[in-house]
Amino acid sequence: MVKRLSTRYAKSSALKLLLAFSVVILLLALCPQFLPRFFVYLLALILISGLQATSLNVALGYGGMYQFHHAVFFGIGAYTVSIMLMKTNLPPALSFLAGPMVAALLGFIMGLICVRLSKLYFGMLQLSLGSLVWIVVFRWYSFTGGDDGLHGVPVPSLISSVNGSYYFALITSIVALFMMYVILNSPFGRILQAIRDNPERSEGVGVRVKLHQLVTQVIAAFFAGVAGVLFVTVEGSAFPDLLSWTLSLEFIIMCLLGGWFTFLGPMLGAAIIVSLRTLVGVYTEYWTFALAVILMLLIFFLPEGVLGYFQRFSPVPEHSPAEDK
Amino acid sequence: MLRIRNVQKSFGDFQAVIKANLDVEQGEIVAVIGPNGAGKSTLFKLISGYLAPDNGSIIFQDREIAGLAPYRICRLGLGMSFQIVNVFDRLTVFENVQVSVLSHLRRAFDLVTPAGRVAVEQTMEILESVYLANVKDRVSGSLSHGERKALEIAIALGTNPELLILDEPTAGMSPDETFSTIHLLEKLNVSFGLTILFCEHDMELVFSFANRIMVMQQGLSIIQGPPEEVRNNQQVKEAYLGGTR
Repeated sequence: MVKRLSTRYAKSSALKLLLAFSVVILLLALCPQFLPRFFVYLLALILISGLQATSLNVALGYGGMYQFHHAVFFGIGAYTVSIMLMKTNLPPALSFLAGPMVAALLGFIMGLICVRLSKLYFGMLQLSLGSLVWIVVFRWYSFTGGDDGLHGVPVPSLISSVNGSYYFALITSIVALFMMYVILNSPFGRILQAIRDNPERSEGVGVRVKLHQLVTQVIAAFFAGVAGVLFVTVEGSAFPDLLSWTLSLEFIIMCLLGGWFTFLGPMLGAAIIVSLRTLVGVYTEYWTFALAVILMLLIFFLPEGVLGYFQRFSPVPEHSPAEDK
Repeated sequence: MLRIRNVQKSFGDFQAVIKANLDVEQGEIVAVIGPNGAGKSTLFKLISGYLAPDNGSIIFQDREIAGLAPYRICRLGLGMSFQIVNVFDRLTVFENVQVSVLSHLRRAFDLVTPAGRVAVEQTMEILESVYLANVKDRVSGSLSHGERKALEIAIALGTNPELLILDEPTAGMSPDETFSTIHLLEKLNVSFGLTILFCEHDMELVFSFANRIMVMQQGLSIIQGPPEEVRNNQQVKEAYLGGTR
C-alpha cells in the first residue's frame, strides 16, 4: 500500500517536474520574440556558462574530484572549433564535433596523470597542467593568435546571428544537460557518487576507482568542450582568457552558489553570476570584488548552495540534510 | 578456503604483524582475538588488499592474493566490513547497498539505464535480510550507530561474497544491537553457507559464536583451534585471558 502510494506520488511529481521543464523551455524558446537583443545574448551566455558549470559539477559535486581548472577544456573546445573553421576547409559540422572531441582527449590525457592523486593534490596537479596548456595557447602566435586570440571566426550564417546562436545554444544545452542527467542517474553515476563519499570503501566492493574517475574526467571535459564551441558561435572569437584559472574559479563559484549536490544548481549559479557580473559591470570595474563578497556570504550562510538550501524544504525528504538533526 | 602463511608487515621500525598463520575452511565461523595492537586489523587489511604484506603468502580459493588491489580481491569473492563505520554518507540506505550490487553485476560503466531500475530486487533482498528495508530511503548519515553497522555488513553482502571478513562487527553496540548482529551473522552462516572471519574484543561473544579461534599477540599468531582448546591453552591463559579462568 505504502509502496503503491509512494510510486504514485513519485509519478505525479515526475509529471509535474516534466510540465515545469516544458514551460521553462517554451518560455526560453519564445524569449527572442519579445526580449531586446542584448538580453537574448545574455541568456545565451547564461546557458553556456551553466552548461560549463554543470559539466564541472559532474566531476566536482558528483565525483568529489577537486576539478580546479575546468576552464581549460572550455577554452580548448572553443579554440579547436575556431582554428578548424578559420584554417581548414573541412565541413563546419566536423569542426563543431571536433571541439568536444579534442576537449575530451585533453581530459583523458590530463586525467591519466591527475587521477593518480587524490583530493587537494589532484587539484594542484590539474591546476599546473592546465596552466601549461594556457601558456602554450597564450604564446603560440602562429597557431592560436597568442594573446590576441582568434577573432572573426567564420561561423555558418544560420547560427551566427544573435537569435540563431541563441537557439543553437538553447537546443544544444538542453540536449547536453539531458545527456549528463541520464549519465548521472545511471549505475555509472550512482557509483561515482559512492566514490565521492568514500573511495576506499568503493574499491572494497569491487569498483575500479581510478578508472571510474578517468572516465568521469573524459565526460566532464567533453561537455565543457561543447560549452566552448557554443561560446564561439555566440561571440565569434576565442581568446586565452577562456583557459585562465580565474575563469575556472568563477565556474567553481557557480557550482557552489547554485548548489553542488544538485543537478540544476550550477545552472542557477551561472544565471546569478552572469547576471550580476553584467549588472555590477555597469557601475564599477571591480567585479572580482563583488565576486569575493558573494563567495564569503556563500560560505557563511549557504554552504549547500541556493538550490541545496531550498531542497531542505522540499516535500520529498529523500536527500534532505535536515534529517541529520 | 583461506590459508595464510608467515605473513609479515611493518610500518617503518614498527612490526605490526611479525608472523601470522591462519586457516579458514568453507562454512566456518573463525574468530581472531588478541589485545589492542596485536595486529588484528592490520592482518584483515592485508587479507582484503588495503595493505600489501612485506612477506608471506595469502591464498584464497587456491589463488595467491597477497598484494592484489582491493577491487580484485573483492571480485574473487571476499567481502570486507570495517571496524570504523565506512558507508556512503550522502547516499540513501538503498543506494548504499545498490552500489555494491551494481559493482558486483559489472554494471559500473552502464551510462544509460536509469539506476532506479537496476538491481532493485537483489538490493531489497539484502536490506530485508539485515532488517533495514524499512529505512531504505533514509540518508545513511542519519542512521543510528547500530543501523550503520548493519548497513556496513549489508554493503559487504552486496558483492555476494563467499568469505565475509568483519573487523569488530559489534564494536560500540548496545547489548540489544549486539544480539541482533550476532543473530544476523549466524543466519547468514547457516542459511546461506557464508564463511565468516571476524575479530572481536568481547570474549564471551567469541567463545559462544566461533567454530575456531585464532589468538594473536604482538604481531604473532600463537594458536588456532576450537574454543575449548584455546581456553585451556597455557600460553593463551598467561598471555591474554590473564587467569580469568
